[in-house]
Amino acid sequence: MPHRTCRCVVGVLSLSRMNNYLDFEQPILELEGKIAELKRMDDPQLDLRDELKRLEEKAEKLLKQTYGKLTPWQKVQVARHPARPRFGKVLSTLFPDLVTLAGDRCFGEDAAIIGGLATFEGYTVMVIGQERGADLQSRLKHNFGMAKPEGYRKAQRMMKLAEQYGLPVLTFIDTPGAYPGVGAEERGQAEAIARCIDVSLGLTVPVLATVIGEGGSGGAIALAAADRVLMFEHAVYSVISPEGCASILWRSADHAAEAAEALKITAQDLLRLGVIDAIVPEPLGGAHRHPDAALHSLRLALNEQLGLTLKHNPAERRYQRGEKFLAMGRKAA
Amino acid sequence: MSWLSEIVRPKIRAFVAKKPDIPDNLWHKCGNCGEMIFHRDYAGNANVCHHCGFHGKLPLKRRLELLFDGEEYTRIELPKVPVDPLKFKDRKRYSDRHKDAQTASKEQDACIVAHGLIGGQNVVVAAFNFEFMGGSMGTAVGEALYAGARLAVLQKAAYIVIPSSGGARMQEGILSLMQMARTTIGVQRVREAGLPYIVVLTNPTTGGVTASFAMLGDVTLAEPGAIIGFAGARVIEETIREKLPPGFQRSEYLLEHGMIDRIVTRKELAAELGKIAQLLMNKKNRGLSSGTQAATPQLFLSTAKKA
Ligand SMILES: [Zn+2]
Repeated sequence: MPHRTCRCVVGVLSLSRMNNYLDFEQPILELEGKIAELKRMDDPQLDLRDELKRLEEKAEKLLKQTYGKLTPWQKVQVARHPARPRFGKVLSTLFPDLVTLAGDRCFGEDAAIIGGLATFEGYTVMVIGQERGADLQSRLKHNFGMAKPEGYRKAQRMMKLAEQYGLPVLTFIDTPGAYPGVGAEERGQAEAIARCIDVSLGLTVPVLATVIGEGGSGGAIALAAADRVLMFEHAVYSVISPEGCASILWRSADHAAEAAEALKITAQDLLRLGVIDAIVPEPLGGAHRHPDAALHSLRLALNEQLGLTLKHNPAERRYQRGEKFLAMGRKAA
Repeated sequence: MSWLSEIVRPKIRAFVAKKPDIPDNLWHKCGNCGEMIFHRDYAGNANVCHHCGFHGKLPLKRRLELLFDGEEYTRIELPKVPVDPLKFKDRKRYSDRHKDAQTASKEQDACIVAHGLIGGQNVVVAAFNFEFMGGSMGTAVGEALYAGARLAVLQKAAYIVIPSSGGARMQEGILSLMQMARTTIGVQRVREAGLPYIVVLTNPTTGGVTASFAMLGDVTLAEPGAIIGFAGARVIEETIREKLPPGFQRSEYLLEHGMIDRIVTRKELAAELGKIAQLLMNKKNRGLSSGTQAATPQLFLSTAKKA
């Protein structure tokens, strides 16, 4: 009964995150509240334009200051923000003609990983991504983006189909990690993830992966063994959640901020380490403030990166993908 | 062979049987049934309990001796990689933890590579040392596994990997996660060369190690009673708030659920491996299939030489 159990464990966690603000955004939100209030007043007797302009400038300055130097732990919070555009939003905006595919032809259908056939820049592409859900009901349906073996096996099936038809594979990563459960273990969670990486690295079609929110561990790299790995500016990608790392190495989850710092999980750090290939800029104040602007930015980045992968012939593309991963960590960054 | 001599310099360290210097009067208490066994008898039985058959921890050197014909093998020197790429520090510096592990184990990192004969078959073995930071997988381990794969391809040998690992090495952050992809590339190169890739799962094999090369074997064996899984039992228990089924994540449980091929005792392991390697490399079968599923094995080999 994974859904019922999710409600009592993960659900509580997510509910506490459902207040749509982040602690460090509090001063910005107060300013934005004042601006909204002034706009509502709309009193012809009073000329509020100067005051409004002053406050708006102040708010923008504060946003620039705050978002220009987010700490890794703050980025984790932004990446998990409930209003941040999720994969469903990516699908409806960038791939409106999507024909969804379902099932692993083996055991079941896993709504934590969804996708299918769509058109992008005139090409038919295979779109695969993790959906965390946007409200409580859809979060339960999608199991908070935590896939089970059938999700990873469905992804494998879709990748193989893409190879068969010469379709570029576009993956979107947003998961706390693969689902830790008895059934998932029994059905071979480890094998399903391993084989997903194996299949992805064996493709000769272009593979582009974008971490749009949280890239959690093995559950993330299963979809990110790609020619080009992109990350949204405030997305995070890590071998373990900062809370998990802190509770093991610091013996307390209270040290999550320190763990986030030490693990090097931000797009900026990962670009420096050669683990990702490009950063997708987010609008000022994060993708959750202006989802449409964020998705426009994503579209431009994908278009550019797809162009780069199309320069290689299929065999070369696969070989270069392997070489890219092999080169990681061989030289000091 | 020039590229190989640069990357993996063979370091002749053939071992001849050498009895461990343990006094006869020391006792070992079985970690499973609690029975007392003479240390000498326990070691003589490959650290397997006489009473309950429990497979205890086996020192790396002893494991290799037990596997290779005539206890003879050659270890290769592994490529050096930067240690502590993130300058990681929790309550202790990773560089210090790593140095301590090196001093205690007299090894460079948690995985070693050796080659020789098993059952008369040419094999390359990559084996984990759980004592070295829980056998955790960082860049050095990934590099070792990849070097082993290249050596197997070069020697046209079967590649046998024996993991024992808690998973990713957190102190290398995202780079430890990347080993899941890097080690898989090694597996693919062996597969494309048409050579057997055999995994022997030992206690414990979990996390990112299981979710990459360890679950990609053409044939997968396991020692009896080994813990094998993706998520840790405690994490699962906390998530589902239920007691775990008996025998959960043990070798026998995995066999029952179709995740491994065979459970093999330590005593039979060498003979089994030799047999499987021989069956999969039978010269008489050459040419009976159109080849491996590799799209471009030639490209891999020719470009590898340039490296
Ligand atoms: Zn015993």
